Amino acid sequence: MLEDHAKLMSFFEQADEVVGRKRLQKMVYILKKSGFNFSERYSFHFYGPYSEELSTRIEELCNLGFLVEEREKEKGYYQYRYTLTDHGTSFLTDSNVETPDMSGLIDRMNDQSSKFLELVSTMLFFDNFSKEEVEEKVFTVKSKQNYSQQDLDDAWAFIDELKQH
Amino acid sequence: MSYRDEQLSEEKVFKDPVHRYIHVRDRVIWDLIGTPEFQRLRRIKQLGTTYLTFHGAEHSRFSHSLGVYEIVRRIVENFREQPNWNENDRLLCLCAALLHDLGHGPFSHSFEKVFDLDHEDYTREIILGDTKVNEVLSNVDPHFPQEVADIIHKTHPNKLVVSLISSQIDADRMDYLQRDAYFTGVSYGHFDMERILRVMRPMDDQAVIKESGMHAVEDYIMSRYQMYWQVYFHPVTRSAEVILSKILHRAKELYHSDYKFKLAPTHFVSFFEKRVSLDDYLKLDENVVFYYFHIWQEEEDDILSDLCRRFVDRDLYKYIEFNPGSEYRELMDLKDCFIEAGIDPSYYLEVDSSSDLPYDFYRQGEDEERLPILLQVPNGELKELSRQSEIVEAISGKKRTDHKLYYAEDLIEKLPEDSQIKRRINEIIKG
Repeated sequence: MLEDHAKLMSFFEQADEVVGRKRLQKMVYILKKSGFNFSERYSFHFYGPYSEELSTRIEELCNLGFLVEEREKEKGYYQYRYTLTDHGTSFLTDSNVETPDMSGLIDRMNDQSSKFLELVSTMLFFDNFSKEEVEEKVFTVKSKQNYSQQDLDDAWAFIDELKQH
Repeated sequence: MSYRDEQLSEEKVFKDPVHRYIHVRDRVIWDLIGTPEFQRLRRIKQLGTTYLTFHGAEHSRFSHSLGVYEIVRRIVENFREQPNWNENDRLLCLCAALLHDLGHGPFSHSFEKVFDLDHEDYTREIILGDTKVNEVLSNVDPHFPQEVADIIHKTHPNKLVVSLISSQIDADRMDYLQRDAYFTGVSYGHFDMERILRVMRPMDDQAVIKESGMHAVEDYIMSRYQMYWQVYFHPVTRSAEVILSKILHRAKELYHSDYKFKLAPTHFVSFFEKRVSLDDYLKLDENVVFYYFHIWQEEEDDILSDLCRRFVDRDLYKYIEFNPGSEYRELMDLKDCFIEAGIDPSYYLEVDSSSDLPYDFYRQGEDEERLPILLQVPNGELKELSRQSEIVEAISGKKRTDHKLYYAEDLIEKLPEDSQIKRRINEIIKG
């Protein structure tokens, strides 16, 4: 019961905090593609893989008082900061839901820009294509982001690193 | 004449209770409808277990798919003389509309969740794999199946065509709202679609609505809001979904514990073992699932047979309002009480949450993923809907959530009348 909520809360507990809705969406997607068992379904949207279910569940967690969302202005741009509340931590402790250690991967993702995570998650979304097809796809569907070949090479290296985890 | 342009010698029509007639002139569309993969959609109900609440809701994904095709056919007919429209995209739009739900399996939501599947992946596999649908599409052009799959998957560079099938005002929603309202018999869900189609205009990245059609769009947004809370999230339907998921979980658990089924679950084995081939997937429709549920009523495992009987006889779980934020400790107590009373809480107790966002808008400076509905004002400028409509503004960006606790009341009732555990369970549930 409430296992899906608990899994997300464990993610926030391990991340300490997550800044940005886009970053949050892409981090959970990348974790999911790396074999962590999140149940939220994704489809392709403006900024790559996006889950309506995840966005809904995050709002539920905020309304239940387990998670806090703070809106802040950064360089003329609004962004959202998410942290687990004490109430959320107590729920996690009491619920005894077993959650795997994701902290290593979360830390690595928190070191990256959300634009880079968008690129990595987009490439993972097309993982049934060959390398050349993936790159072609990225340049077609993400033309407005102006990714360079170097960005793509860095993303491939990051994906290889994910596979080691 | 190429296969792409080939027309039937005589127009075919399907009688339809929502759109009156569905018109087919293109040979490609006619051939797609005749494929086994498309015909399979007759055996998948559009609204899953909703028929247990609204008895009329027996309509199939087949009729919905034809409906979406018909709406898109009318839209592109209207777009013909409009700027920003490329008539070469017509067949691509029609095929994507017709095939957009091709990968849905039986009782989609519960089934996908239990077996960790995604119908969108199967839509793609059916279109690109070794199927009759692929054969028809490939006859148009070897790249055509990929193009159709990309439109449905929303990864096609032509955003206008994608938006006709998938956006906050698309042919898919326009059909299902009206069709589901018709078959459930509810009075909400209706709006003036003809008006919306007449004022829809193609732009670079999406279809927009002439401002004069704003009230019809308001009606559409409100009908969507009503349908979600009155039909799609109806607590009785959710109770049936809970039992359905429990059946699938129980069968899976028994399979992995080497339980000897009286009727081997042949059609489910690849799902239990997470190695589902396209062929396995296509074979498992709702008729097959129902057959197993009937037979499993005779199984020796008490939980599986009881859950199947409940589903078949519509003996559903009772429910109460529940707030997991403030009452989760009570839930844990309840779980312990169930165990003490010999009732397995993993199968007879569940919290279910439903949330909906009726309409979302673009907030400047934020990374929003949903395309807003744009109105074209007389000077040609585009304005976001919620800035022009007070009605839409009132519900924009607001999610509503409902949490319920479902439980097998009859099993609690069967506990000895004067037992402490029964009193404790009733205290927690009834407050």
